Amino acid sequence: MCALCGVLGGSDHWTDATARPGVFTRNADSLERRRERARRVTVANRILTHYGMRLSDWQGTAFMLSTLTGKTEMVENLTHLWTTAEKLSGRACDPLDPALLSRLDAASV
Amino acid sequence: MSDAIPQFTPVTLITGFLGSGKTTLLQRLLADPALADTAVLINEFGEVGLDHHLLERIDERTVLLQSGCLCCTIRGELSDAIRDLHSRRARGEIPPFRRLAIETTGLADPFPVLTTLHAEPVLKHHFRLGSVITTVDAVNGVAQLERFPESLKQAAIADRLVVTKSDIAAPNAVWALLGRLRALNPAASIVFSAAASLDAEALLSGSAFAGGTHSEAVSAWFAEAAEAHGHHGHTHDPNRHGSDIHAFAIVLDQPLDWTAFGIWLTMLLNRHGEAVLRVKGILDIGGEAAPVAVHGVQHLVHAPVHMQAWPDHERRSRIVFIVKGLERAVIERSLASFMALNGSAEAAAA
Repeated sequence: MCALCGVLGGSDHWTDATARPGVFTRNADSLERRRERARRVTVANRILTHYGMRLSDWQGTAFMLSTLTGKTEMVENLTHLWTTAEKLSGRACDPLDPALLSRLDAASV
Repeated sequence: MSDAIPQFTPVTLITGFLGSGKTTLLQRLLADPALADTAVLINEFGEVGLDHHLLERIDERTVLLQSGCLCCTIRGELSDAIRDLHSRRARGEIPPFRRLAIETTGLADPFPVLTTLHAEPVLKHHFRLGSVITTVDAVNGVAQLERFPESLKQAAIADRLVVTKSDIAAPNAVWALLGRLRALNPAASIVFSAAASLDAEALLSGSAFAGGTHSEAVSAWFAEAAEAHGHHGHTHDPNRHGSDIHAFAIVLDQPLDWTAFGIWLTMLLNRHGEAVLRVKGILDIGGEAAPVAVHGVQHLVHAPVHMQAWPDHERRSRIVFIVKGLERAVIERSLASFMALNGSAEAAAA
Protein backbone atom coordinates (compact mmCIF):
# COMPACT_ATOMS: atom_id res chain seq x y z
CA MET A 1 0.00 0.00 0.00
CA CYS A 2 1.17 3.51 -0.77
CA ALA A 3 1.66 5.27 2.56
CA LEU A 4 0.70 8.67 1.09
CA CYS A 5 -2.49 7.90 -0.77
CA GLY A 6 -3.56 4.55 0.66
CA VAL A 7 -3.71 2.83 -2.72
CA LEU A 8 -3.59 -0.93 -2.40
CA GLY A 9 -1.23 -2.64 -4.80
CA GLY A 10 -1.14 -6.12 -6.27
CA SER A 11 -4.54 -6.55 -7.89
CA ASP A 12 -3.31 -9.71 -9.60
CA HIS A 13 -5.61 -9.34 -12.58
CA TRP A 14 -4.84 -11.98 -15.22
CA THR A 15 -3.50 -9.38 -17.65
CA ASP A 16 -1.31 -8.08 -14.88
CA ALA A 17 -0.43 -11.25 -13.02
CA THR A 18 2.10 -11.23 -10.23
CA ALA A 19 5.40 -12.56 -11.50
CA ARG A 20 5.90 -16.12 -10.24
CA PRO A 21 7.30 -19.30 -11.74
CA GLY A 22 5.39 -20.53 -14.76
CA VAL A 23 3.13 -17.48 -15.03
CA PHE A 24 3.30 -15.27 -18.09
CA THR A 25 3.28 -11.60 -17.18
CA ARG A 26 4.78 -8.32 -18.21
CA ASN A 27 5.05 -7.41 -14.57
CA ALA A 28 8.46 -8.97 -14.16
CA ASP A 29 10.45 -5.74 -14.25
CA SER A 30 9.39 -2.17 -13.73
CA LEU A 31 10.38 -0.88 -17.17
CA GLU A 32 8.44 -3.55 -19.02
CA ARG A 33 5.53 -3.06 -16.65
CA ARG A 34 5.35 0.68 -17.36
CA ARG A 35 5.74 0.09 -21.07
CA GLU A 36 2.83 -2.37 -21.02
CA ARG A 37 0.65 0.09 -19.13
CA ALA A 38 1.39 2.78 -21.73
CA ARG A 39 0.51 0.39 -24.55
CA ARG A 40 -2.68 -0.58 -22.76
CA VAL A 41 -3.76 3.04 -22.44
CA THR A 42 -3.07 3.63 -26.14
CA VAL A 43 -5.02 0.61 -27.34
CA ALA A 44 -7.90 1.12 -24.88
CA ASN A 45 -8.28 4.72 -26.02
CA ARG A 46 -8.79 3.59 -29.60
CA ILE A 47 -11.90 1.80 -28.38
CA LEU A 48 -13.03 4.22 -25.69
CA THR A 49 -13.14 7.10 -28.14
CA HIS A 50 -16.14 5.34 -29.69
CA TYR A 51 -17.97 5.88 -26.40
CA GLY A 52 -16.69 9.42 -25.84
CA MET A 53 -14.27 8.46 -23.09
CA ARG A 54 -10.57 8.61 -22.43
CA LEU A 55 -8.20 6.58 -20.26
CA SER A 56 -4.95 7.70 -18.67
CA ASP A 57 -2.44 6.13 -16.35
CA TRP A 58 -2.54 7.21 -12.72
CA GLN A 59 0.68 6.85 -10.74
CA GLY A 60 1.47 3.53 -12.40
CA THR A 61 -0.97 1.82 -10.03
CA ALA A 62 -4.42 2.60 -11.45
CA PHE A 63 -6.08 4.26 -14.42
CA MET A 64 -8.31 7.32 -14.71
CA LEU A 65 -11.32 7.04 -16.96
CA SER A 66 -12.97 10.29 -18.02
CA THR A 67 -15.90 11.26 -20.20
CA LEU A 68 -15.94 14.26 -22.50
CA THR A 69 -17.99 16.13 -19.92
CA GLY A 70 -15.41 15.52 -17.26
CA LYS A 71 -16.97 12.74 -15.26
CA THR A 72 -13.97 10.80 -13.96
CA GLU A 73 -13.49 7.55 -12.11
CA MET A 74 -10.45 5.58 -11.06
CA VAL A 75 -10.23 2.03 -12.33
CA GLU A 76 -7.95 -0.66 -11.04
CA ASN A 77 -7.69 -3.08 -13.93
CA LEU A 78 -9.15 -3.97 -17.31
CA THR A 79 -12.18 -5.80 -15.93
CA HIS A 80 -12.98 -2.83 -13.74
CA LEU A 81 -12.42 -0.57 -16.78
CA TRP A 82 -15.31 -1.98 -18.79
CA THR A 83 -17.84 -2.04 -15.95
CA THR A 84 -16.94 1.57 -15.12
CA ALA A 85 -17.03 2.59 -18.78
CA GLU A 86 -20.55 1.21 -19.10
CA LYS A 87 -21.60 3.02 -15.95
CA LEU A 88 -20.10 6.38 -16.97
CA SER A 89 -21.31 6.28 -20.57
CA GLY A 90 -24.66 4.66 -19.86
CA ARG A 91 -24.00 2.40 -22.86
CA ALA A 92 -23.15 -1.24 -23.32
CA CYS A 93 -19.48 -1.54 -24.29
CA ASP A 94 -19.85 -4.57 -26.52
CA PRO A 95 -16.84 -5.82 -28.51
CA LEU A 96 -19.22 -7.73 -30.79
CA ASP A 97 -21.17 -4.58 -31.73
CA PRO A 98 -20.94 -4.22 -35.56
CA ALA A 99 -20.94 -0.41 -35.29
CA LEU A 100 -17.88 -0.48 -33.02
CA LEU A 101 -16.08 -3.01 -35.22
CA SER A 102 -16.75 -1.02 -38.41
CA ARG A 103 -15.30 2.02 -36.75
CA LEU A 104 -12.26 0.16 -35.53
CA ASP A 105 -11.74 -1.35 -38.99
CA ALA A 106 -11.97 2.09 -40.60
CA ALA A 107 -9.45 3.50 -38.14
CA SER A 108 -7.06 0.59 -38.77
CA VAL A 109 -6.90 1.05 -42.55
CA MET B 1 4.97 -25.97 8.09
CA SER B 2 5.94 -29.28 6.56
CA ASP B 3 7.98 -29.33 3.39
CA ALA B 4 5.36 -31.66 1.95
CA ILE B 5 2.83 -28.84 1.77
CA PRO B 6 2.83 -27.28 -1.67
CA GLN B 7 2.96 -23.52 -2.12
CA PHE B 8 -0.38 -23.69 -3.91
CA THR B 9 -2.61 -26.58 -2.97
CA PRO B 10 -4.55 -27.76 -6.03
CA VAL B 11 -8.31 -27.88 -5.62
CA THR B 12 -10.34 -30.34 -7.66
CA LEU B 13 -14.03 -29.67 -8.04
CA ILE B 14 -16.18 -32.77 -8.47
CA THR B 15 -19.56 -31.92 -9.84
CA GLY B 16 -22.30 -33.70 -11.75
CA PHE B 17 -26.04 -33.96 -11.77
CA LEU B 18 -28.10 -35.57 -9.00
CA GLY B 19 -27.45 -39.28 -8.87
CA SER B 20 -24.69 -39.18 -11.46
CA GLY B 21 -22.19 -40.92 -9.22
CA LYS B 22 -20.08 -38.14 -7.68
CA THR B 23 -19.85 -39.75 -4.26
CA THR B 24 -19.16 -43.19 -5.70
CA LEU B 25 -16.36 -41.74 -7.79
CA LEU B 26 -14.91 -39.87 -4.84
CA GLN B 27 -15.15 -43.00 -2.72
CA ARG B 28 -13.19 -44.90 -5.33
CA LEU B 29 -10.61 -42.18 -5.75
CA LEU B 30 -10.01 -41.83 -2.04
CA ALA B 31 -9.51 -45.57 -1.68
CA ASP B 32 -6.44 -45.21 -3.85
CA PRO B 33 -3.33 -45.01 -1.63
CA ALA B 34 -1.86 -42.41 -4.00
CA LEU B 35 -4.60 -40.00 -2.92
CA ALA B 36 -4.31 -40.55 0.81
CA ASP B 37 -3.14 -36.98 1.24
CA THR B 38 -6.36 -35.46 -0.10
CA ALA B 39 -8.65 -33.34 2.06
CA VAL B 40 -12.32 -33.45 1.14
CA LEU B 41 -15.14 -30.92 1.37
CA ILE B 42 -18.61 -32.27 0.72
CA ASN B 43 -21.58 -30.05 0.09
CA GLU B 44 -25.01 -31.53 0.52
CA PHE B 45 -28.39 -30.04 0.03
CA GLY B 46 -30.78 -31.25 2.65
CA GLU B 47 -31.49 -31.62 6.31
CA VAL B 48 -29.34 -34.64 6.91
CA GLY B 49 -25.95 -34.98 5.28
CA LEU B 50 -25.35 -38.48 4.07
CA ASP B 51 -22.59 -38.38 1.53
CA HIS B 52 -19.80 -38.17 4.07
CA HIS B 53 -21.04 -41.40 5.62
CA LEU B 54 -21.13 -43.03 2.20
CA LEU B 55 -17.54 -42.01 1.72
CA GLU B 56 -16.60 -44.08 4.75
CA ARG B 57 -13.75 -41.76 5.48
CA ILE B 58 -14.64 -39.61 8.40
CA ASP B 59 -11.56 -37.87 9.66
CA GLU B 60 -10.60 -34.33 10.47
CA ARG B 61 -9.79 -33.68 6.84
CA THR B 62 -13.32 -34.48 5.69
CA VAL B 63 -15.68 -31.54 6.11
CA LEU B 64 -19.40 -31.50 5.41
CA LEU B 65 -21.13 -28.30 4.36
CA GLN B 66 -24.83 -28.94 4.58
CA SER B 67 -26.65 -25.71 5.18
CA GLY B 68 -27.51 -25.17 1.56
CA CYS B 69 -26.26 -25.42 -1.95
CA LEU B 70 -22.67 -24.37 -2.37
CA CYS B 71 -23.30 -22.23 -5.41
CA CYS B 72 -25.83 -19.88 -3.91
CA THR B 73 -26.15 -19.84 -0.15
CA ILE B 74 -22.98 -20.92 1.54
CA ARG B 75 -20.05 -19.48 -0.34
CA GLY B 76 -18.90 -17.77 2.85
CA GLU B 77 -19.04 -21.09 4.61
CA LEU B 78 -17.00 -22.65 1.84
CA SER B 79 -14.18 -20.14 2.15
CA ASP B 80 -14.31 -20.39 5.96
CA ALA B 81 -14.05 -24.18 5.75
CA ILE B 82 -11.06 -24.07 3.40
CA ARG B 83 -9.35 -21.42 5.47
CA ASP B 84 -9.93 -23.51 8.56
CA LEU B 85 -8.41 -26.59 6.92
CA HIS B 86 -5.47 -24.46 5.80
CA SER B 87 -4.76 -22.99 9.22
CA ARG B 88 -5.16 -26.33 11.00
CA ARG B 89 -2.74 -27.87 8.54
CA ALA B 90 -0.28 -25.03 9.09
CA ARG B 91 -0.49 -25.52 12.88
CA GLY B 92 0.01 -29.25 12.47
CA GLU B 93 -3.36 -30.08 14.03
CA ILE B 94 -4.38 -32.28 11.13
CA PRO B 95 -2.29 -34.53 8.90
CA PRO B 96 -0.88 -32.50 6.04
CA PHE B 97 -2.82 -32.71 2.82
CA ARG B 98 -1.41 -31.91 -0.60
CA ARG B 99 -4.66 -31.55 -2.48
CA LEU B 100 -8.26 -30.69 -1.79
CA ALA B 101 -11.34 -32.17 -3.43
CA ILE B 102 -14.70 -30.42 -3.24
CA GLU B 103 -17.85 -32.37 -4.04
CA THR B 104 -20.73 -30.08 -4.93
CA THR B 105 -24.44 -30.78 -4.78
CA GLY B 106 -26.01 -32.18 -7.91
CA LEU B 107 -27.73 -28.92 -8.73
CA ALA B 108 -24.76 -26.62 -8.16
CA ASP B 109 -23.43 -24.21 -10.70
CA PRO B 110 -19.66 -24.78 -10.44
CA PHE B 111 -18.76 -21.23 -11.39
CA PRO B 112 -19.31 -19.46 -8.02
CA VAL B 113 -17.08 -22.02 -6.34
CA LEU B 114 -14.31 -21.27 -8.80
CA THR B 115 -14.77 -17.57 -8.17
CA THR B 116 -14.51 -18.06 -4.43
CA LEU B 117 -11.16 -19.79 -4.84
CA HIS B 118 -9.92 -17.16 -7.21
CA ALA B 119 -11.04 -14.04 -5.40
CA GLU B 120 -10.92 -14.81 -1.68
CA PRO B 121 -7.93 -12.85 -0.34
CA VAL B 122 -6.39 -15.67 1.70
CA LEU B 123 -7.35 -18.63 -0.44
CA LYS B 124 -5.95 -17.21 -3.64
CA HIS B 125 -2.47 -17.16 -2.12
CA HIS B 126 -2.55 -20.77 -0.94
CA PHE B 127 -4.85 -22.68 -3.26
CA ARG B 128 -5.23 -22.91 -6.98
CA LEU B 129 -7.84 -24.51 -9.13
CA GLY B 130 -6.73 -27.92 -10.31
CA SER B 131 -9.50 -29.13 -12.54
CA VAL B 132 -13.24 -29.51 -12.74
CA ILE B 133 -14.38 -33.14 -12.94
CA THR B 134 -17.96 -33.72 -13.99
CA THR B 135 -19.68 -37.07 -13.65
CA VAL B 136 -22.30 -37.95 -16.25
CA ASP B 137 -24.57 -40.92 -15.89
CA ALA B 138 -24.56 -43.17 -18.98
CA VAL B 139 -28.11 -44.38 -18.30
CA ASN B 140 -29.80 -41.02 -17.78
CA GLY B 141 -27.16 -38.56 -18.99
CA VAL B 142 -28.60 -37.74 -22.43
CA ALA B 143 -32.04 -37.05 -20.97
CA GLN B 144 -30.58 -34.95 -18.17
CA LEU B 145 -28.54 -32.88 -20.61
CA GLU B 146 -31.73 -32.25 -22.58
CA ARG B 147 -33.92 -31.35 -19.65
CA PHE B 148 -31.76 -29.71 -17.01
CA PRO B 149 -29.66 -26.65 -17.79
CA GLU B 150 -27.67 -27.28 -14.60
CA SER B 151 -26.52 -30.60 -16.03
CA LEU B 152 -25.59 -29.02 -19.36
CA LYS B 153 -23.51 -26.35 -17.71
CA GLN B 154 -21.72 -28.81 -15.45
CA ALA B 155 -20.69 -30.83 -18.51
CA ALA B 156 -19.72 -27.79 -20.56
CA ILE B 157 -17.50 -26.39 -17.84
CA ALA B 158 -15.60 -29.63 -17.14
CA ASP B 159 -11.91 -30.28 -17.71
CA ARG B 160 -12.54 -33.98 -17.31
CA LEU B 161 -15.76 -35.86 -17.89
CA VAL B 162 -16.29 -39.13 -16.08
CA VAL B 163 -18.98 -41.33 -17.61
CA THR B 164 -20.50 -43.42 -14.84
CA LYS B 165 -22.75 -46.49 -14.95
CA SER B 166 -21.55 -47.42 -18.42
CA ASP B 167 -21.46 -51.04 -17.26
CA ILE B 168 -25.23 -51.10 -16.76
CA ALA B 169 -26.23 -48.89 -19.70
CA ALA B 170 -27.13 -50.08 -23.18
CA PRO B 171 -24.19 -49.66 -25.61
CA ASN B 172 -26.34 -47.37 -27.78
CA ALA B 173 -27.02 -45.09 -24.83
CA VAL B 174 -23.31 -44.88 -24.06
CA TRP B 175 -22.47 -44.00 -27.67
CA ALA B 176 -25.22 -41.41 -27.79
CA LEU B 177 -23.92 -39.84 -24.61
CA LEU B 178 -20.33 -39.81 -25.84
CA GLY B 179 -21.39 -38.08 -29.07
CA ARG B 180 -23.31 -35.51 -27.12
CA LEU B 181 -20.44 -34.85 -24.70
CA ARG B 182 -17.88 -34.57 -27.49
CA ALA B 183 -20.06 -32.03 -29.24
CA LEU B 184 -20.78 -30.09 -26.09
CA ASN B 185 -17.27 -29.99 -24.69
CA PRO B 186 -14.67 -31.23 -27.19
CA ALA B 187 -11.97 -29.94 -24.90
CA ALA B 188 -12.59 -32.24 -21.96
CA SER B 189 -11.01 -35.65 -21.70
CA ILE B 190 -13.55 -38.43 -21.18
CA VAL B 191 -12.95 -41.45 -18.97
CA PHE B 192 -15.20 -44.28 -17.80
CA SER B 193 -15.54 -44.83 -14.08
CA ALA B 194 -16.27 -48.51 -14.71
CA ALA B 195 -12.86 -48.99 -16.28
CA ALA B 196 -10.54 -51.00 -14.12
CA SER B 197 -7.70 -48.86 -15.37
CA LEU B 198 -9.15 -45.60 -14.04
CA ASP B 199 -6.09 -43.71 -12.91
CA ALA B 200 -7.13 -41.92 -9.75
CA GLU B 201 -3.89 -39.98 -9.46
CA ALA B 202 -4.06 -38.71 -13.05
CA LEU B 203 -7.72 -37.80 -12.74
CA LEU B 204 -7.38 -35.78 -9.60
CA SER B 205 -3.94 -34.31 -9.97
CA GLY B 206 -2.73 -31.30 -11.88
CA SER B 207 -4.73 -28.98 -14.06
CA ALA B 208 -5.06 -28.52 -17.77
CA PHE B 209 -2.23 -26.04 -18.01
CA ALA B 210 -0.55 -26.22 -14.62
CA GLY B 211 3.04 -25.21 -14.68
CA GLY B 212 3.18 -25.36 -18.44
CA THR B 213 4.43 -28.91 -18.28
CA HIS B 214 1.44 -30.81 -19.52
CA SER B 215 1.92 -30.13 -23.17
CA GLU B 216 0.58 -33.56 -24.16
CA ALA B 217 -2.66 -32.89 -22.34
CA VAL B 218 -2.99 -29.48 -23.91
CA SER B 219 -2.21 -30.90 -27.29
CA ALA B 220 -4.94 -33.50 -26.91
CA TRP B 221 -7.35 -30.79 -25.85
CA PHE B 222 -6.83 -28.82 -29.02
CA ALA B 223 -6.51 -31.84 -31.29
CA GLU B 224 -9.99 -32.89 -30.30
CA ALA B 225 -11.32 -29.43 -30.84
CA ALA B 226 -9.63 -29.22 -34.23
CA GLU B 227 -10.95 -32.61 -35.22
CA ALA B 228 -14.45 -31.54 -34.35
CA HIS B 229 -14.23 -28.32 -36.29
CA GLY B 230 -11.84 -28.70 -39.16
CA HIS B 231 -8.26 -27.57 -39.02
CA HIS B 232 -8.98 -23.90 -39.42
CA GLY B 233 -12.50 -24.28 -38.26
CA HIS B 234 -14.03 -23.29 -41.57
CA THR B 235 -15.96 -26.49 -42.06
CA HIS B 236 -19.45 -27.46 -41.00
CA ASP B 237 -20.66 -26.82 -37.49
CA PRO B 238 -21.47 -30.22 -36.02
CA ASN B 239 -21.82 -28.81 -32.56
CA ARG B 240 -25.23 -27.42 -32.97
CA HIS B 241 -27.80 -29.29 -31.00
CA GLY B 242 -30.98 -28.74 -29.09
CA SER B 243 -29.51 -26.21 -26.73
CA ASP B 244 -27.69 -23.14 -27.96
CA ILE B 245 -24.44 -24.17 -26.28
CA HIS B 246 -21.76 -24.98 -28.82
CA ALA B 247 -18.00 -25.17 -29.09
CA PHE B 248 -15.62 -23.96 -31.74
CA ALA B 249 -11.94 -23.30 -32.25
CA ILE B 250 -10.39 -20.18 -33.74
CA VAL B 251 -6.93 -20.55 -35.26
CA LEU B 252 -4.76 -17.52 -35.94
CA ASP B 253 -1.64 -17.68 -38.06
CA GLN B 254 -0.28 -14.26 -37.13
CA PRO B 255 1.27 -13.67 -33.68
CA LEU B 256 -1.15 -12.11 -31.25
CA ASP B 257 -0.61 -8.81 -29.53
CA TRP B 258 -0.92 -9.46 -25.80
CA THR B 259 -2.13 -5.97 -24.93
CA ALA B 260 -4.90 -5.93 -27.53
CA PHE B 261 -5.88 -9.50 -26.67
CA GLY B 262 -6.20 -8.64 -22.98
CA ILE B 263 -8.37 -5.64 -23.75
CA TRP B 264 -10.52 -7.67 -26.14
CA LEU B 265 -11.06 -10.64 -23.83
CA THR B 266 -11.81 -8.54 -20.74
CA MET B 267 -14.29 -6.49 -22.77
CA LEU B 268 -15.90 -9.65 -24.18
CA LEU B 269 -16.18 -11.32 -20.78
CA ASN B 270 -17.49 -8.16 -19.15
CA ARG B 271 -20.40 -8.03 -21.60
CA HIS B 272 -20.87 -11.70 -22.46
CA GLY B 273 -19.26 -13.57 -19.55
CA GLU B 274 -22.47 -15.44 -18.78
CA ALA B 275 -22.50 -16.75 -22.36
CA VAL B 276 -18.83 -17.70 -22.56
CA LEU B 277 -18.83 -20.92 -20.56
CA ARG B 278 -15.23 -21.73 -21.36
CA VAL B 279 -12.38 -20.14 -23.21
CA LYS B 280 -9.08 -21.91 -23.45
CA GLY B 281 -6.23 -20.96 -25.69
CA ILE B 282 -2.62 -21.55 -26.62
CA LEU B 283 -1.36 -18.20 -27.80
CA ASP B 284 1.53 -17.28 -30.03
CA ILE B 285 2.31 -13.89 -28.55
CA GLY B 286 4.48 -11.49 -30.48
CA GLY B 287 7.98 -11.36 -28.99
CA GLU B 288 7.57 -14.58 -27.00
CA ALA B 289 9.35 -17.78 -28.01
CA ALA B 290 7.20 -20.15 -25.93
CA PRO B 291 3.43 -20.43 -26.10
CA VAL B 292 1.22 -18.86 -23.45
CA ALA B 293 -1.89 -20.67 -22.26
CA VAL B 294 -5.01 -18.83 -21.09
CA HIS B 295 -7.91 -20.51 -19.40
CA GLY B 296 -11.19 -18.86 -18.47
CA VAL B 297 -14.58 -19.87 -17.10
CA GLN B 298 -17.28 -17.27 -17.63
CA HIS B 299 -16.12 -13.99 -16.05
CA LEU B 300 -13.09 -15.63 -14.49
CA VAL B 301 -9.71 -15.93 -16.22
CA HIS B 302 -6.81 -17.68 -14.56
CA ALA B 303 -3.29 -16.29 -14.56
CA PRO B 304 -1.80 -17.03 -17.99
CA VAL B 305 0.74 -19.84 -18.00
CA HIS B 306 4.02 -19.76 -19.85
CA MET B 307 4.29 -23.19 -21.44
CA GLN B 308 7.65 -24.78 -22.04
CA ALA B 309 7.17 -25.70 -25.67
CA TRP B 310 4.65 -25.87 -28.48
CA PRO B 311 2.65 -29.03 -27.90
CA ASP B 312 2.69 -30.27 -31.50
CA HIS B 313 5.37 -28.05 -33.04
CA GLU B 314 2.66 -26.01 -34.73
CA ARG B 315 3.36 -22.45 -33.89
CA ARG B 316 0.07 -20.62 -34.09
CA SER B 317 -2.61 -19.42 -31.74
CA ARG B 318 -5.56 -21.68 -31.10
CA ILE B 319 -8.46 -20.57 -28.96
CA VAL B 320 -11.38 -22.84 -28.11
CA PHE B 321 -14.66 -21.32 -27.00
CA ILE B 322 -17.65 -23.04 -25.48
CA VAL B 323 -20.43 -20.49 -25.72
CA LYS B 324 -24.12 -20.15 -25.21
CA GLY B 325 -25.97 -18.29 -27.93
CA LEU B 326 -22.97 -16.42 -29.38
CA GLU B 327 -22.05 -16.73 -33.02
CA ARG B 328 -18.61 -17.93 -33.97
CA ALA B 329 -18.30 -15.62 -36.96
CA VAL B 330 -19.06 -12.58 -34.83
CA ILE B 331 -16.42 -13.47 -32.24
CA GLU B 332 -13.88 -14.17 -34.96
CA ARG B 333 -14.57 -10.88 -36.69
CA SER B 334 -14.36 -8.99 -33.41
CA LEU B 335 -11.01 -10.53 -32.50
CA ALA B 336 -9.63 -9.74 -35.96
CA SER B 337 -10.70 -6.09 -35.67
CA PHE B 338 -9.07 -5.75 -32.26
CA MET B 339 -5.85 -7.35 -33.43
CA ALA B 340 -5.63 -5.00 -36.43
CA LEU B 341 -6.29 -2.11 -34.08
CA ASN B 342 -3.06 -2.62 -32.24
CA GLY B 343 -0.94 -2.34 -35.36
CA SER B 344 -2.60 0.92 -36.23
CA ALA B 345 -2.26 2.17 -32.65
CA GLU B 346 1.46 1.55 -32.70
CA ALA B 347 1.76 3.21 -36.07
CA ALA B 348 -0.12 6.23 -34.72
CA ALA B 349 2.11 6.41 -31.67
CA ALA B 350 5.30 6.16 -33.76
